[in-house]
Amino acid sequence: MEPQIICQDLKLGFGTNILVEHLSFTIEKGNYLCIVGENGAGKSTLLRALLGLLKPLSGSILLGDGLRRKEIGYLPQQTFVQRDFPASVREVVLSGCQGRCGLRPFYNCEEKQIAENAMEQMEITGLAETCYRDLSGGQQQRVLLARALCASDKLLVLDEPVSGLDPKMAETMYQLVARINREMGITIIMISHDVREAIPYATHILHMDRDYFFGTAEAYRKSDYGRLFLA
Amino acid sequence: MLDKLLMYFQYPFVVNALIVGILIALCSSMLGVTLVLKRYSFIGDGLSHVAFGAMAMAAVAGFTEDMPFILLVTTAFAILLLRTGQNAKIKGDAAIAMISVGAMAIGYLLMNVFSSSANVSGDVCTTLFGSTSILTLTKMQVEMCGVLSAVVIGVFVLFYHKIFAVTFDETFARATGTPVGAYNLLLAVLIAVIIVLAMNLVGSLLISALVIFPALSAMRVFTSFKSVILCSAVFSVVCAFSGIVFSILAGTPTGATVVVADMLAFAVFYIIGIKKSDS
Repeated sequence: MEPQIICQDLKLGFGTNILVEHLSFTIEKGNYLCIVGENGAGKSTLLRALLGLLKPLSGSILLGDGLRRKEIGYLPQQTFVQRDFPASVREVVLSGCQGRCGLRPFYNCEEKQIAENAMEQMEITGLAETCYRDLSGGQQQRVLLARALCASDKLLVLDEPVSGLDPKMAETMYQLVARINREMGITIIMISHDVREAIPYATHILHMDRDYFFGTAEAYRKSDYGRLFLA
Repeated sequence: MLDKLLMYFQYPFVVNALIVGILIALCSSMLGVTLVLKRYSFIGDGLSHVAFGAMAMAAVAGFTEDMPFILLVTTAFAILLLRTGQNAKIKGDAAIAMISVGAMAIGYLLMNVFSSSANVSGDVCTTLFGSTSILTLTKMQVEMCGVLSAVVIGVFVLFYHKIFAVTFDETFARATGTPVGAYNLLLAVLIAVIIVLAMNLVGSLLISALVIFPALSAMRVFTSFKSVILCSAVFSVVCAFSGIVFSILAGTPTGATVVVADMLAFAVFYIIGIKKSDS
C-alpha cells in the first residue's frame, strides 16, 4: 500500500532548542498511530510539523497517496478563547469546511451536507442549535471531532483528545475515533498521555523519549519500552 | 418635545450627525464581537490614542485634510499590534498599553508645544471626548464616512465565515489551509478604519465603549455567532440613535451620552441573561 506520510530523519525545535532529532517513520492509509511519551518529548511539536504549522529544521515530511496538506483534519487541544465562545454547534462544525472554500465567501450545499453528515456520525445532530459553551467537555470534543471530519476524509490528527474528560467519556471518545478509523478508513494519528487506554485501539505506536520506538502495537508490547510502560 | 425634535431634524448638521453616528455604531459593533472574543477589547482604546497622537502630528505639520494621515498611522499600528500579538517579545496587553500611553503623551506634548490656539486644554478635551465635533461635520467628512462604512460592512459580510473560523480557532484554521495571517491583517485594517471614523463621534477616549458594550451585551443573551453579531449591530445602532437624539435635546456631550446609553442597555441585557440562564 502507498504510504500517506513519510518522515525522514526529522529534526524539530525552536532555534537552538532541539526537541526531536533523527526521527523517521511511515504511515499508511488506514493506520491508527498512537504517539506516546513523556511531557516535553516533542509530541505536540511533531504534530505541528505534520500539519505544516512548523518547518522542520532538517529532514523531510513527504505526503503521498494524493494527500494534500490542507486535507489533514485536526483536533487541537482546547484554547481558553473557546470556553465562552457564543457559537452554535452547527456553526462550529461548518467552519471545518473552510479549507474547501478557498476564497469563496459562503458555504455551498455540498459543504453544508458534509457538516450534517459529520454531525450525524458524531451523534450530535440533536445539539446542532445548542451553544458550544453550554456543552459538556465530552460533547465539545465530539463537536470538534465532527469539525475535523469536515476538513478531511483521509487523515485526522488528534492532540490528546481525552484530556479533561472523565473515564467514561474518554472511553466513548476512543470508541468514536476507532469507528472513524475502521468504518470510514480514515487514518488516525493521536497523541495520548494515557498509554494503557489508547493502545488497544492502535495499529502502530510511536514512543518518543530520548530514543524512539516506532512499530506495530504488537511489536511495542514485546519491546523494552512496552514492557516498561504497559506493566 | 416632539416638535423640538422635528425642528432639529430640519437642520442638515443634525441629520449628518445621525447618519454618521449610526454608521459608526454599526461598524464598530460588528467587529467588536470578534475583538472581544479574541481578547483584544483594549485594542480600540490603544489605537484611538494612536489616532489622537497622529491627529496632533497632522495639526502641527499643518495638513488641511488630516484624515488620510491619521488613517495611515493608525492602520500601521493596528497591524503591528494584531500581527505580533501571539509571539512578540512584549505580549499583547502590555504592547497595547505601551503604545497607547506613548502616543497619548506625544500627542499632548505636540499640541501643547506647537499649539496654534490659545485654548490647548479645550482642544485636547474635544479630541479626547468628541464633544460637539459630530455636529460640525463637513460634507466631505460625511461622504468619506459613508464610503468607508460601506466598505467595512461589505468586507465583513463577504469574509464573515472566514472571520468566524479565524476567531474561533486560529490553529485549526491555519492547519486546514486558511491564510490566517492575511485575515488578521484584514481585521487590523478594518478596526483602524473604524477607530478613525469613530473619533468624530465619541472622541478617542470613549471608542472602546462602542466596541465592547454591544458585543458583551449580545453575548449575554444570544447563543450563536450570527445572532450575536446581528443583536450587537441592532443594539449599537439603537443606542447611538437614542444617545445622539437625547444629547441634542438635552444639550449634553454627544459621545458621553451615547456611551451612557450603551451602559444602560448593557445592564438590561445583563439582567435578561441572568433570567435566561435561571429558567
